[in-house]
Amino acid sequence: MATLSEAPPPLAPAEPETKKAPRRRGRWTPYWLLLPGILWLVVFFALPMIYQGSTSIQTGSLEEGYKVTWHFATYWDALSEYWPQFLRSVFCAAAATVLCLLLGYPLAYLIAFRAGRWRNLIMILVIAPFFTSFLIRTLAWKTILADNGPVVHVLNSLHVLSVTDFLGWTAGDRVLATPLAVVCGLTYNFLPFMILPLYTSLERIDGRLHEAAGDLYAKPWTTFRKVTFPLSMPGVVSGTLLTFIPAAGDYVNAELLGSTDTRMIGNVIQTQFLRILDYPTAAALSFILMAAILAMVTIYIRRSGTEDLV
Amino acid sequence: MRQYEPDRPTPVEMAAIRRSLRTGRAALARRSFLGGALAVGGVGALSACGIPAAGKTQGGVSADDHSAQEKVVNFSNWPEYIDVDDSGKTHPTLDEFRKRTGITVKYTEDINDNDEFFGKIQPQLAAGQDTGRDLIVLTDWLAARMIRLGYVQQLDASHLPHAFANLSDQFRSPDWDPGRAYSYPWQGISTVVAFNKKALNGVEVKSVSDLLDNPALKGRVGLLTEMRDTVGMTMLDMGIDPGKFTDDDYDAVIARLQKAVDKGQIRRFTGNDYTSDLSKGDLAACVAWGGDIVQLQADNPDVGYVIPDSGYMTSTDNLMIPNKARHKTNAERLIDFYYEPQPAAELSAYVNYVSPVADVQPYLAKIDKGAASNPLIVPDKAMQARSHAFRALSSKEETAYQQKFAKLTGA
Repeated sequence: MATLSEAPPPLAPAEPETKKAPRRRGRWTPYWLLLPGILWLVVFFALPMIYQGSTSIQTGSLEEGYKVTWHFATYWDALSEYWPQFLRSVFCAAAATVLCLLLGYPLAYLIAFRAGRWRNLIMILVIAPFFTSFLIRTLAWKTILADNGPVVHVLNSLHVLSVTDFLGWTAGDRVLATPLAVVCGLTYNFLPFMILPLYTSLERIDGRLHEAAGDLYAKPWTTFRKVTFPLSMPGVVSGTLLTFIPAAGDYVNAELLGSTDTRMIGNVIQTQFLRILDYPTAAALSFILMAAILAMVTIYIRRSGTEDLV
Repeated sequence: MRQYEPDRPTPVEMAAIRRSLRTGRAALARRSFLGGALAVGGVGALSACGIPAAGKTQGGVSADDHSAQEKVVNFSNWPEYIDVDDSGKTHPTLDEFRKRTGITVKYTEDINDNDEFFGKIQPQLAAGQDTGRDLIVLTDWLAARMIRLGYVQQLDASHLPHAFANLSDQFRSPDWDPGRAYSYPWQGISTVVAFNKKALNGVEVKSVSDLLDNPALKGRVGLLTEMRDTVGMTMLDMGIDPGKFTDDDYDAVIARLQKAVDKGQIRRFTGNDYTSDLSKGDLAACVAWGGDIVQLQADNPDVGYVIPDSGYMTSTDNLMIPNKARHKTNAERLIDFYYEPQPAAELSAYVNYVSPVADVQPYLAKIDKGAASNPLIVPDKAMQARSHAFRALSSKEETAYQQKFAKLTGA
């Protein structure tokens, strides 16, 4: 609002000032353009963060109300109580991210370089799952992996399940309600977030670079290793981030496809906040999760050595 | 506690969708912004937040009753918890109510989950504001909490002659609302042991012990995330009275359940989504809600149920009038209307839960003979004698018990 009063009067009498006026207006333009975004961030990010930070150091109960008592011990208590779920979230999210990369990279490569006139169709197929709800898609996995379904039968007759059972990924003759099902669900649900940035990065690579590499006697694998992959790094980094970050906080997959031993930190936060009504612990857990992800992402970006993220 | 609809996401699933779209936290934060907590600077802002204590005014806080001037009542209920005509658009009993009283019911199916709904209306009620709802339907334990916190209004008995006369004895005097001063049941819920005959493959299931111990069912047993149903059924099985148990009793039950979890006996703790698992046979047996089983049996003859010899748990979903509701009298008239046997029978024939109205059976028989003779919808005297209710918990107990139960379920 203060900026309004500082704006010059629209009808200035003297000539030199009329020349100045458009320049001054121009100086403020970037700020006006930023305003909606800043307001959005303040209302939906900064304020909730402050509120949540406050909640995490409050004590009390629903009957007596909650008051800020600077009770930082909540953080320590929450961490020492729920570190297994934290570790599990990181592990499951990392496994899903790696799987997404292994599945997504060849597909993105194919779409970018080899798909020809099929490119649009394949892109639509990648995006099509988004037309249905996240939840419906996850529920579909319950049908696909059902105990009496074809997938489990095939895996069973190939003795794959006895191997995964031995490794602790599955339990007995089933896939549902095991860690494997949760990782599969996460992989499936976040795969498009991996493919799209990878595709954008790969598609930007000039095809003549490949020819040039060939002219310099690079074998296809060397071309990929020395030219294509390094140039696609921004896509790899943003793809892994877009997959890992939401996957680490996800609770729907663990809820529907998992069991008691696959509960992730998202489930704990949900239970604490909605069921047990322990708002401070829920808020503290959210902060710890945020800080942990932020730290991991920072290290990752530093080490990957890319500046731009698409 | 809703019905089974194979082609649509169940209310629990819908609740999860909605939760993933907007969390209660964001809503709270927006409120504190509007309320003027726009304090600048870290420390100041942090201290400025906080959740006010619940009002302790017993009897709740009423607003001016606009019932006479505004012929409406805003009724919030669970999805698919009322009769629907063949077109799927209108609710015959609500139309009948309007014809008779001239009061239009604005019916909203916006309660998907007790916990979530409490999170939604709690800030308004704590701040002493109108929630925009005149009538809400909440399960026992949350109804008890609402009364304890002083969030709901005392009902005027003079507006409830049918309700007073026709309420089934089974539900007449819960320990959390003696004499039904604040609440009347919408429908009752029986918690039973259900199974899929095909998946059982000849194994016999008669009690909760069978669920927890029989190695033939390893990894194919489901329990409910609703603490009072799972723990209550296990208590009965262990010979503990869920109506008066101690902390030690509770710990013993948790230890027993933990042993089953550690053995890998329990596949999952579920909300309503157990219905599809049971129907498919991924769950061979589970603790289940009677109304769901009636629905499942209609589609899948393999689904069966048993009432353990040790008894079964009952609970109710209760009609209540929140503080500051604008149309209290209209809401009370609607409660009373559903305690007339005819509308009650029409409702029960559609939703398949236990009718709280005592002499509904002959009326129900005229609409649906099968429903009238189904003990899951109209429990007979012998069955009623074996029903138990979970005792009311103090807020300390509630937190401690929920913590222990959450730990059992993995978080």
